Amino acid sequence: MKRLLIVFTLVFALAGLAGAADAAKPGDAAQAVLAAVAASPSVAQAAPAVQAPAQAPAPAAPAAPAAKPEIKANKTITIGMFLVIIAITLAVVVNSARKTKTAADFYAAGGGITGTQNGWAIAGDYMSAASFLGISGLISLYGYDGFMYSVGWLVAYITVLLIVAEPCRNAGKYTLGDILSFRTNPKPVRAVCALSVVSVSTFYLTAQMVGAGKLMQLLIGVDYKMAIIGVGILMVGYVVFGGMTATTWVQIIKAGLLMSGATLLAVLVGIKAGMNPIGFFSDIATNANIQEWVQKGVLKHPVPEAGFDYGQRFLEPGLFLKNPLDQISLGMALVLGTAGMPHILMRFFTVPTAQAARKSVIIAMFIIGTFYILTTLLGFGAAIHVTPQKISMFDKGGNMATMLLAQQLGGDIAPIVGDLFLAFLCAVAFATILAVVSGLVLAASAAIAHDIYVNVIKDGHADQHEQVRAARITSLCVGAVGIVIGIAAEKQNVAHLVALAFAVASSGNLPVVVLSLFWRRFNTAGTICGLVVGTVVSIGLVMISPNMTYPQAAADAAKKTITVLEKKVTDGGALSEKEVTDLAKAKTDFAANDGGTSMLGLKAPLFTLKNPGIVSIPVGFLAAVLGALAFRSRRSEEMFDELYVRQNTGIGIAKAVDH
Amino acid sequence: MALKTLDWASIARHPKFVELHHRKTVFLFGWWIFSTVFYFLLPIGAAYAPGLFKVKIIGNINFGYLFALSQFFVSWGIAMYYAKIANQKFDRLTQELIDELQ
Repeated sequence: MKRLLIVFTLVFALAGLAGAADAAKPGDAAQAVLAAVAASPSVAQAAPAVQAPAQAPAPAAPAAPAAKPEIKANKTITIGMFLVIIAITLAVVVNSARKTKTAADFYAAGGGITGTQNGWAIAGDYMSAASFLGISGLISLYGYDGFMYSVGWLVAYITVLLIVAEPCRNAGKYTLGDILSFRTNPKPVRAVCALSVVSVSTFYLTAQMVGAGKLMQLLIGVDYKMAIIGVGILMVGYVVFGGMTATTWVQIIKAGLLMSGATLLAVLVGIKAGMNPIGFFSDIATNANIQEWVQKGVLKHPVPEAGFDYGQRFLEPGLFLKNPLDQISLGMALVLGTAGMPHILMRFFTVPTAQAARKSVIIAMFIIGTFYILTTLLGFGAAIHVTPQKISMFDKGGNMATMLLAQQLGGDIAPIVGDLFLAFLCAVAFATILAVVSGLVLAASAAIAHDIYVNVIKDGHADQHEQVRAARITSLCVGAVGIVIGIAAEKQNVAHLVALAFAVASSGNLPVVVLSLFWRRFNTAGTICGLVVGTVVSIGLVMISPNMTYPQAAADAAKKTITVLEKKVTDGGALSEKEVTDLAKAKTDFAANDGGTSMLGLKAPLFTLKNPGIVSIPVGFLAAVLGALAFRSRRSEEMFDELYVRQNTGIGIAKAVDH
Repeated sequence: MALKTLDWASIARHPKFVELHHRKTVFLFGWWIFSTVFYFLLPIGAAYAPGLFKVKIIGNINFGYLFALSQFFVSWGIAMYYAKIANQKFDRLTQELIDELQ
């Protein structure tokens, strides 16, 4: 399968090279793309799921856009590509379903995934639509900061590689709960741990589902609800019938497609720049559109300041990430949170040995790193060839940058190539969503079925048949709940949910995993304290942070507009048509929001950072340590030798099943 | 494998295990701390030393870009180095320990 993907990549790359060679005709793809369609009110909100943790550039109540351009994909080709992907993945599911007989098959593919396969699957599981569309979009609009933003997502894997991957493979079986309950009182620990896993997975899943719906709406114009139901049914199908084996293959296929698409597009960008990196950067700095965008769009300088190099400014930090503390806090959540993400941890139970776990992380790091470096080319390429002005017209968060670039560069070769390329990337985005949500559904259902049902309710006494049935039923339920929440959250700004997932994973899960594996004195009380306090504090801080909606702030902004415009009238000035509309809108906004409070009854955020990591991670660690010290347990300390020997040497782990 | 019969405490005191776990701990936490510090230099530097990040190195390519790019290569470098040490030393020590126990 992997060979097939490599061949795929090569064929695409060669086709791109051949095509680009005679790509002399100027692109008029712009016309094809610009199909003014009635504004979808929440396009900027596609950002959240598609965008990384809570950094949506908060479009502060933009004046009602009259008409928003929309990407016009060739529906027939796009739907054809979708069907091909669905057909391939369904074939995988049918094949895996036959092999899924025991709980080990369902949760961990029988431990029979190879290191290389698992590496691709980890990459496929991890690179959400946020990476694919959001980061290149950020680069296309804010230059350097977008790139800097992506670094943490790769560096996070150093923690996974050095601290958690191999010990987890050696000590665990199917879930995070298995590791944490090893030398503690299993019932309460599993119950609390399952709650934490389910909440992390639900936050992340909801963000992904809403993003999926918005994206499908944006790309092929299907109804939001239909998109959610479609994605939901497929993800439930993969997980219920194929378990971990099918999920793994969906992730591998997605990673292959994503890398092919990104490589091909990057090659096209490279060819345009004459394969000369220095020339490429000078193209950015001297591009008139980028200069104008930085001056007027980002820095809001009405007239150019003398001696200010706006083009070069695009390559320097500070256009997007303005609060350094928030940035560092986000870095902490990424670096520690990735290692505490249940769906990532779960991937280490699918390989037979610690060596394979190690190899899989290293392979994943190369794929993910290459991908983010390619993203720079895509983002800067989109800024040069599509222009930031146009990208932001389609979507304020820049999420459509890659798509527009593909259509434009492909269209330069021939209009049909542009359509094909766009359709291919739409299909990749679709596969991306399916792969990520399937992993999340599996992680959540494993926590409920394996930890709570089998080990807490049934005391571990359930035969294979019953375990697999429980796993299938919970997957179905989790998937159904995901669909319902996804539909209910259509109008919500879900950006904070991704931040929340990483915050809980880094402050709740990671401290207890690390202490459990490496600290002799750690015990039941410490685990429960760490999980509960870390989770509650991170959720609490996000609830009182600027991530939430504060109507009073909107009311104050509206009030300001009203004052300015009304003063203009009393001073005898005439209002332009736009100002009249603005005034009316500001009045409505003011009436709707004045005196309003956030969900927790706050007028303004109490905690000023969007990412709570810098506070909640130390609190999580402290709670875990204090809890363990306060309620000392001899048994836990005696059991430490066993856990420590096992996690270091792999003595005593179950044998793998061949797939 | 009859796990219950293994005397974990005595394995934990076995000199080979003590050596293995000492080497691993020093290596893993040492490199983890290094990579974390190196990573946080990026957001901290971008925020508090923007002048440095703006210095042009080659053409229009500045220090900031090269530094961000270096993060990828340093991460890969650490990963490769770890793989080498783990495959050569840690796995060998583990195997020797397992052989001695049998």
